[in-house]
Amino acid sequence: MNITESSTDNKFVIFKLANQYYGIDIYNVQVIEKVTNYTRVPNAEHYVKGVINLRGEVVPVIDLGERFGIISSENNNESRIIIIKVKDILIGLVVDSSSEVLTLDEEDIDDTPSLGEQATEEFIKGIGKKDGRLIMLLDLEKVIGVNETIEEI
Amino acid sequence: MDINQYMDIFIEEAKEHLLSMNESLLELEKTPRDTGLLNQIFRVSHTLKGMAGTMGFSKISNLTHEMENVLHEVRNNKIEISHEIIDILFKCFDALEEYITNITATGEEGDLNSEHLVNTLNNILNNDDSKIAVTQAEPMTKIYEDDSLKGYNFDDYVLNVLKKAKEKDLNAFEVDITISSDCMLKAARAFIIFNKLESYSQIIQSKPSVEDIEDERFNDNFVLVLVTNESQDSIKNDIMSISEIDNVTIKSINLGTIDDKVETIEDEDIDEDIEEKVLDIKSQDKKRVSSKFGKTVRVDIDRLDNLMNLVSELIIIKNRMEDIGESSEKQNMNEAIEYLERITTSLHDAVMKVRMVPIERVFNRFPRMVRDLSKELGKTINLQMSGEETEVDRTVIDEIGDPLIHLIRNSIDHGIENPEKRRKLGKTETGTVKLMAYPDGQNVVIEVEDDGGGINIEKVKQKAIKNGLITKSQAKDLSNEESVGLLFRAGFSTADKVSDISGRGVGLDVVKTKIEAIGGTVEVETFEGKGSKFIIRLPLTLAIIQALLIKIKDETYAVPLSSVREISPIYSKEIRNVQGQEVVLYRNKTLPIIRLGNKLGIELEKDNDELITVIVNKGDKEAGLIVDNLIGQQEIVIKSLGKYLSGIRYVAGATILGNGTISLILDVNSLL
Repeated sequence: MNITESSTDNKFVIFKLANQYYGIDIYNVQVIEKVTNYTRVPNAEHYVKGVINLRGEVVPVIDLGERFGIISSENNNESRIIIIKVKDILIGLVVDSSSEVLTLDEEDIDDTPSLGEQATEEFIKGIGKKDGRLIMLLDLEKVIGVNETIEEI
Repeated sequence: MDINQYMDIFIEEAKEHLLSMNESLLELEKTPRDTGLLNQIFRVSHTLKGMAGTMGFSKISNLTHEMENVLHEVRNNKIEISHEIIDILFKCFDALEEYITNITATGEEGDLNSEHLVNTLNNILNNDDSKIAVTQAEPMTKIYEDDSLKGYNFDDYVLNVLKKAKEKDLNAFEVDITISSDCMLKAARAFIIFNKLESYSQIIQSKPSVEDIEDERFNDNFVLVLVTNESQDSIKNDIMSISEIDNVTIKSINLGTIDDKVETIEDEDIDEDIEEKVLDIKSQDKKRVSSKFGKTVRVDIDRLDNLMNLVSELIIIKNRMEDIGESSEKQNMNEAIEYLERITTSLHDAVMKVRMVPIERVFNRFPRMVRDLSKELGKTINLQMSGEETEVDRTVIDEIGDPLIHLIRNSIDHGIENPEKRRKLGKTETGTVKLMAYPDGQNVVIEVEDDGGGINIEKVKQKAIKNGLITKSQAKDLSNEESVGLLFRAGFSTADKVSDISGRGVGLDVVKTKIEAIGGTVEVETFEGKGSKFIIRLPLTLAIIQALLIKIKDETYAVPLSSVREISPIYSKEIRNVQGQEVVLYRNKTLPIIRLGNKLGIELEKDNDELITVIVNKGDKEAGLIVDNLIGQQEIVIKSLGKYLSGIRYVAGATILGNGTISLILDVNSLL
């Protein structure tokens, strides 16, 4: 399977976080799981919720809301963990809900405008428009910070 | 069919051949007249040449080709073997090793130029009066345009071979083979053809290249150039006897006009190739340098990992059953668990054995290293190795090489005195370095021992003071053991080292870190004037360990049992505070207390009177870990936390418990 950023199909998994729609390139998405129990990892970054057992594999899970510095998501029945794979790293993202896959054509996607105070800006690589909704397309490498060094606390 | 499949085999085999070449060369240096060894080296060069040629690695095949020439002359007593020749052979060996290393890393030979070696080898041949040799200084990629060779783009190598073939009255053919288009495994079919042809001929060119054919990047058809003494018809019949071949066209290559194009070269390569096969068979009943390599099965490490995962799964199920067993006391259930336990244990053993590799793999590069070092430093060193057959996990093998090189270099450079000094001290002039490996329970012990001057404790202290590790007053109070321990401290080594051979202490902290990273320990024993001994203890396996499960509030952690010394209650009123560190007097020793909750960011409730303390140790260092509850001992499967969470403090990994939840494994080394 091809796991690169660029997909010709332009299919995105759409999810909701703090009443805002976000999209992840479908090639990065491995599976979507219901929220289970995490094992907390001490001394990790604050947005790392912990690790989960994904069919025998230990997968770290981060809280996307905390990562973006918006609200910490309240777990409810709708909450999901989207397991993504970026640069061979398997990681789970906790989101408020996720239900659909959209195809966005090239012309539906705009470059990121400067949104001013929005803290999430640095994680967005484009904005999709579909049926009157704005969908923030995530730059996953930035989200999981592959290039950032994970600081020790 | 995947080219990597052949590539792996090529690399593995090339490495084995290089190893045996290395051993033979070292032996040859001691007994230069041993023709058995010469034959062995010759055979290895020859095999390497063939293998590299097939894979399209021209630098290797050129170099081995020249080595072969020189060895051939030596074997026939036309050239006297000398230390110079052996030195050059060693250099050739180094170059070959470098090529193979590059191929392993990148799939290509790399930029290393061995032309000077080729030239030197040629010069050796030149100096021999009876021979007129030609150096191959000119570039190797001329394209010949000759009437008879029109349509062929032959490089010098091919032309040389064709030329020699002519001299030997061999035939050269261009064979055009078309494989049936409905053939399923074309690469495999091509492989069969290659094999068949190679049994009586030498394939000198292939279009498309051999790699492409092996990779199935060709359209049913390929063209080979080969030399042989078989006739056109018999080759044709032979190929047609292989199934799924559509068509074979064989054209004879006119060798008549190559003559003046190629300079005369004395080589007898073609002849050799065919003779060699006969010779190989004949020599089997002769006295032969026995090959050190037993029959090995090469198993893809991924498959092993998979097998290992299955075992992990089994163990998890076993643990789960234990949970059930405790709640419903059924006799049958217990028996079943016992049975399951027996299976998992033996399965574990079986899998571990597959992963085990004799430590020889690491050891056998040391004789050469010691030889070079002793030459460089003007010391005579006798390296004694024992226990090479001791087996350790493959992952340990890969990690232990560098630390051992470091320790051996240390011993030779700064342990062993120079010959004059040794004579004055009444020691033998030849220093001895002993490298020993032996299994010890669940551990493997490796010892590096020298009979040199030992570690000068005063010097170590001086240096530590100079580098700001300790103060002068601290130095006075240090015991000998503690002083030696300074060697392993980061910052002890000085950066202003000129030589690439380390001084005593240089980089020992790296050695220690590396060994601890694979779960091992390192200790030193030193006797002033008599020598020193580094003792490395390594776990046999890294994947499954015995652990003590503990609880802090509602979080469960695993502590590797290998570092747990004992469990004991401690009364909170006995805890004293010394310089900000909580300690307790335990068996007449002060024991530092570590509150795990604090380290792991868990808010603790008020102390009970009696605290459960797990006493752990790392080497001689001990500490008491305060925990809330003990769950018990369990066999756990170590899983990595992954790249994303690498470098998390105090956590060495994770494991999955019987109920499916994850528990983190504490890194005791970093806690102390």
